[in-house]
Amino acid sequence: MTLRERIFRAPSRDGVLFSSSDVIVLLIIAVVIYLGAQLAVGSPEVIQGPDINLDPAALPYYALLSIGRMLAAYILSLTFSIFYGYAAARSKRAERWLMPLLDILQSVPILSFLPVVLLSLTAILPQGVAVEIAAVVLIFTSQVWNLTFSFYQSLRTIPIEYREAAAVFRFSRWLRFKQVELPFASMGLIWNSVMSWAGGWFFLMAAEIFTLGERDFRLPGLGAYLQTAASQGDTSALLIGIGALIGIIVLLDQLVWQPLLAWAERFKVSQVSDDNPTTSWFLNSLRRSGLANWGSRRIFGPLNRRLNRWLNRPPAEVAGLEPVENGKRSLLGWLVLILVALGIGYGLVQAVGLLMTLPLAAWGDILVGALATLLRVTVAVCIALAWTIPVGVLIGTNPRAAAVLQPVVQIAASIPATALFPVLLLGLLTIPAGANIAAVLLMLLGTQWYLLFNVIAGASAIPQDLLYTSDLLHLKGWKRWRTLILPALFPYIITGLITSSGGAWNASIVAEFTEFGGEISHVTGLGALITSATAGGDYALLLASTLTMIVLVVTINRLVWRRLYRVAEYRYRMDQ
Amino acid sequence: MENGMLLHVDGVTKVFGRDDRQFTAVKEIHLSIREGEFVALLGPSGCGKSTLLRMITGLIAPSQGTVYYRGKPVRGINPYSTMVFQTFALYPWLSVLDNVALALEARGIVSDERFERAEKLVDLVGLDGFESAYPRELSGGMRQKVGFARALAVEPELLCLDEPFSALDVLSAEALRGELMELWTGRLLPAKAILMVSHNIEEAISMADRIVVMGKEPGHIVTEFAVDLPHPRTRKEAGFEALIDRIYGAIAGRTEPEMKEVGTAPGTPGLTRILPRSSVNALAGLLEHISPFHKGYDIYKLEDELGVEMHDLVQTIEMAEMLGFATVNAGDIQITPLGQAFAEASILMRKELFAQRARRLPMIRWMMQMLNASPERHLPWKVFYTALLPEFPDEMAERQLDVAIDWGRYAELIDYDDSDEMVTLEVSNGKTAAVNDRPPA
Repeated sequence: MTLRERIFRAPSRDGVLFSSSDVIVLLIIAVVIYLGAQLAVGSPEVIQGPDINLDPAALPYYALLSIGRMLAAYILSLTFSIFYGYAAARSKRAERWLMPLLDILQSVPILSFLPVVLLSLTAILPQGVAVEIAAVVLIFTSQVWNLTFSFYQSLRTIPIEYREAAAVFRFSRWLRFKQVELPFASMGLIWNSVMSWAGGWFFLMAAEIFTLGERDFRLPGLGAYLQTAASQGDTSALLIGIGALIGIIVLLDQLVWQPLLAWAERFKVSQVSDDNPTTSWFLNSLRRSGLANWGSRRIFGPLNRRLNRWLNRPPAEVAGLEPVENGKRSLLGWLVLILVALGIGYGLVQAVGLLMTLPLAAWGDILVGALATLLRVTVAVCIALAWTIPVGVLIGTNPRAAAVLQPVVQIAASIPATALFPVLLLGLLTIPAGANIAAVLLMLLGTQWYLLFNVIAGASAIPQDLLYTSDLLHLKGWKRWRTLILPALFPYIITGLITSSGGAWNASIVAEFTEFGGEISHVTGLGALITSATAGGDYALLLASTLTMIVLVVTINRLVWRRLYRVAEYRYRMDQ
Repeated sequence: MENGMLLHVDGVTKVFGRDDRQFTAVKEIHLSIREGEFVALLGPSGCGKSTLLRMITGLIAPSQGTVYYRGKPVRGINPYSTMVFQTFALYPWLSVLDNVALALEARGIVSDERFERAEKLVDLVGLDGFESAYPRELSGGMRQKVGFARALAVEPELLCLDEPFSALDVLSAEALRGELMELWTGRLLPAKAILMVSHNIEEAISMADRIVVMGKEPGHIVTEFAVDLPHPRTRKEAGFEALIDRIYGAIAGRTEPEMKEVGTAPGTPGLTRILPRSSVNALAGLLEHISPFHKGYDIYKLEDELGVEMHDLVQTIEMAEMLGFATVNAGDIQITPLGQAFAEASILMRKELFAQRARRLPMIRWMMQMLNASPERHLPWKVFYTALLPEFPDEMAERQLDVAIDWGRYAELIDYDDSDEMVTLEVSNGKTAAVNDRPPA
């Protein structure tokens, strides 16, 4: 499976910038943020943060806490994906709403929700619990969309003959799920889980180090450990912390994801054997180990049988495969729909009322901030492009360079940018314009890897015969780049850019307004506005700036990226 | 209901799509199958034979009419029937044994008994030793054996076969047919009747007791042939050859008078003829092959000699007929003088000849007229597509345009730019197209 197939693909609709469902989805998001901001009024003025122990002996405990949060959010994401994917794939009516919702939610800068979520949850729940839940919710929202889309996509692309066979042989729901749908979706789910975990670390670190004035939302965990180490200037603790973080990520990769990927090889649909399938030393040793075999025989075998006996009931009647015509909505359905519509309408009126209280000058600030952040995002993306294209092509077309550089790149990429942020601040805050440089650097750290991996994938996918042909034609230098390499990379670069510009917008929330060693530093920007509005309790500004960011990012996605993506898909595809 | 009657298809019609974008796949089908019968549904691609099979198994429901099984209307999946698929439909992540056992598990057999029974079936089809192999490790023929074992596992009364041999190489297909017939004639199968969809005439004759021939546009039953040759049947028998010719005659029909042959333009009264999906290359190959023979040539021989599938062959023959390069009569194809000229012509001359004939086709003429009427002599692809939608289902409209553009490009009548999806009138032909606006006499 090439990298490109793994990348989350937006469902594309022709031409229309915003469909009516998109607008309604955006309105609902506005109401939800409004409700959050309303709740936030009750948030306590002072929130006591945790005391972080910099003793390395405390690290395993912090690491466990961080992993626990990730795991909780991931389990939640996976469960949600399966139900949501099912609902969207099964019913045409549900699909009409669920897919635009997914599409918008996946392009929304998730971190912009963080302040609202934190404030509103601390208002209604005990502090410790609220902050934990906020972190899990934040990670969940970063992990869930690509998983859901992947599962939905798999359900929709199951070859018709597999579905026909399942129907003809009268599979029960459970059998269909266990033996057909889940195996078919597994490859996509596992790849997207890897991506989700990588993204999740970024948000976990952001959530663990979030503080606002008197409100210290930090959570005991690796992120807070790193931040405390940096602000106290404890270099050895900082190094040990980063080492521990890298260690955990590498271990998870070796002990969880690689074995899973190797195991999932058998779910590949292709009818021919693969030349170099993914392998995992850990899976191989597990397969040889007596203990693991005993476990699978004595524990998983009986468990599986019991589950089967319990869930596999041969159905009395099996429906055919045609989509069921949508019946008339029931009276209850209409009633619920009207109630929901009324609720949204009321929320909207209130939200607009709140926005009206905002002075014109504040809207001007939002506009200026939005432009400033847009500029920073553009700079970060351009820097990323400038170095990833040459390096990516070098790695992708040169096996010897790849052998040396690939592992280095993979480790570097695995460090969540937000974890390094305190370190960046430590070095940069003292120099002039340091805050600006730090903000752009953080965005860059968060964006460049997606781009690099896509360029590598694109470069290694250039067909050998085209390379030979351009050798024969003596295409060299710029000409070779213009006629062969850049067109071949184009779809991959666009795919990478979509993800990485989203990452840059996200990073602006934590990058533009920072508190380090008790000092606040901020630059002009939309992200800074959102965070400072939260800190200052200006809920109208919070609502307005959060909404602005969401609408802006979604519009840029539709206006720029989606169009480019369509061009890329259509004109510059190498596979026929 | 009479005794021994298993299946009764009563006036079944299937329409896909809705409103003004409808497509009738099969129309008014009546068909009965009794216990002990082996029936073959034979017809060119697109005649709705697979659609009919899917209505019989209950995978899709008829738009009109009813399928009765043992006198009861079929709703949802028919529990007494099962199916062997053209593409095998084995789950690649399950071993041979697991694939077969899964069908038993679905029937509620969760204990290990299902593996014992699956094992027996795997042995029956001659795959012992391959129980733990995965489908991707097997050849096509062996995969289909697993397909048969799985279908037999649920002990169906009616075994439905959807072109089960057409994805296999010639030798494996032959071997598997022989093995199936041995089991069937030896009464070793649990099935009481077999219904097979096929587009291979020889295959149908060598296996079935009764052959139901279907035609297309829309799918309907043309006629039926009873086959009472003794098993095992070989082509050398006199009756076999004669039957092949009769069936070919029924399928390929005969060349109609020109006006009816080329049909009418889209949007005008009368049936718009569907352009056959074939290419100029295939046409040239066919004409070159039959050009040395001045009298009729047996169509069935072409299948082996040219190494093409029957449905591709029928499409190419239709293309030759439509362009006036050949005529068809009762299983024979006869090259016309024009076809002869094409076969012997140089590359440029061929283009010229082809262009002359293609320009008369209502579909292409209609496209050229529309292009001519537009100020810039070009129109978006979408315009043609939308105009075709009332008469064809979406996929077919797209395919029709693909074929028309492909032929038009070769003939240098129209051109198409993929990057902006524009169809253009070739400049040099603009005038001739205008002159040719009148329909052919």
